[in-house]
Amino acid sequence: MTQLALVIDLNVCVGCHACVTSCKEWNTSGWAGPMPDERAYDADPSGVFFNRVQTYEIGVFPNTETLHFPKSCLHCEDPPCVPVCPTGASYKREDNGVVLVDYDKCIGCKYCSWACPYGAREFDEQGKVMKKCTLCIDRITDMTLPESERKPACVLACPTSARIYGDVHDPGSEASQAIREQGGYQLMPEWGTEPANHYLPRRKIRMHIHEDELVRADNPLSKEGVELPFDQGETLDDVAW
Amino acid sequence: MHPAFSVIFLTTLIGVGQGLFLALYTGQVYTLAKLLPAQDSVSFYAFGGLLALLFLIGGLLASFFHLGHPERAWRAASQWRTSWLSREVIVLPVFMFLVALYAVIHFLGWTMPLFVIADTLAVDLTLIIGFLASIAAFALFISTAMIYACLKFLQEWHSPLTVANYTLLGIASGFMLAAAFSAYTDVDLVVFFGVWAVIFTLMGFITRAASLIRNKQLRHKFNLKSAIGVRHSQMTQKAQGFMGGSFNTREFFHGKSKALVQLVKYTFLLLVFVVPVLLVGASYALESSTLPIFAFVAQYLGLMVERWYFFADAKHPQNLYYQSMS
Repeated sequence: MTQLALVIDLNVCVGCHACVTSCKEWNTSGWAGPMPDERAYDADPSGVFFNRVQTYEIGVFPNTETLHFPKSCLHCEDPPCVPVCPTGASYKREDNGVVLVDYDKCIGCKYCSWACPYGAREFDEQGKVMKKCTLCIDRITDMTLPESERKPACVLACPTSARIYGDVHDPGSEASQAIREQGGYQLMPEWGTEPANHYLPRRKIRMHIHEDELVRADNPLSKEGVELPFDQGETLDDVAW
Repeated sequence: MHPAFSVIFLTTLIGVGQGLFLALYTGQVYTLAKLLPAQDSVSFYAFGGLLALLFLIGGLLASFFHLGHPERAWRAASQWRTSWLSREVIVLPVFMFLVALYAVIHFLGWTMPLFVIADTLAVDLTLIIGFLASIAAFALFISTAMIYACLKFLQEWHSPLTVANYTLLGIASGFMLAAAFSAYTDVDLVVFFGVWAVIFTLMGFITRAASLIRNKQLRHKFNLKSAIGVRHSQMTQKAQGFMGGSFNTREFFHGKSKALVQLVKYTFLLLVFVVPVLLVGASYALESSTLPIFAFVAQYLGLMVERWYFFADAKHPQNLYYQSMS
């Protein structure tokens, strides 16, 4: 069975919100739209988004690190939002595992949002139905698009390629490979929802300089410690004498 | 969680309706066993059934205010295999229909025994319909409570105590109303219903207090570490992705101070448990016919406050992602 999903590389995400705006731009006018904004230019604006980029500070100053954290529906393999829906409006597609809402069946009771531990669903106050990330189902299933564009809008927009899209059940896919080889993990695994979306952790690259790399152990004259009569420039190796 | 008034009205009103019906039917069964004097079919059972029905209708109307598309509510009956909400949507009208039937049969006086079991138990139509309605009443209590109790992420609700509380508090308020109704219509059952109302109120106190203690000692399974997948003991949110509000910041936060929530807790403990029991006791001592009515009103108001607290008390794991605005 196919399970389409996103793999988000937190090591690469710079928090530019390009995925957020491209998501809104595509989906508000597409199959899943509209995503209405309310009081957009007033004191208390509010709006429907399928994707948010949040920012966390890890550690205490001065030893801090900034984490940009894109958050959207994780298209769980065992989605808790689906069985609680009284009308069957909330469903998981059999063929590709995408969790969707049928707006024509939704009665707007919001029960599915209570059942989602990730807060991935947002209620449309104007359409009075529940909305959520569709993984751009209208793009990824549109066979008239060239294959390179058959991807979610957020993936196409990401300037740093922090978002990898693919079938996480296919062990050969780029997404599966990234999860396997770069420590992909799921959010809140303790609930057993089996999120299909995975995150790649921040990977710190540190340079280790050992003592014997600074002092040339193979230099028979041990000239490093000797006071020289003139300035040697940046490194000893550049000098021929 | 943000308490929704439509749901507060729904759960408390149908609780009273279910409890009142169970009280009436208990009275009828006691009469059958000749433990209580027989009551008039029309003025007691038919009007009592009508009163229960009015509460159920009130609850049903309130529930529609919770829906974005009430005109599609009929669709909610389709997923009874998996959804407790769907089961409630089916059981509630079935129960209302049976209560209406019970009241109508009593009103028409069709209470001639259909058959007699072992020469002592005369079974009439109302006894059969009432029995079915009683099953429906309990099924409804379970369905309503399981809507909340089945959500494992909301650990404050995910407990058998939730079902016990909804059932016992509903029955207690219904018996309280039965006592008030008896007092108002000058029927000699005030003491009978009053005593049972106090018993159920005290039982409800035990289970509600148990759930309060449980929730106070609750250790939440979720934390920011697993929410964002970073292992560090010192992490703070600096931005949640937007500067204004959103559905996530409104639906899952009650936005009230800790002190107010505490005040609400003590208010409902007083109104649901202490005041009605004292008023019923006083009405027995003073032989007053108005105090049971006050007891019911106090308990009903208390139950609304209790339901508000029930929602405010539950902490949704999604709130981890919405801790800081800027």
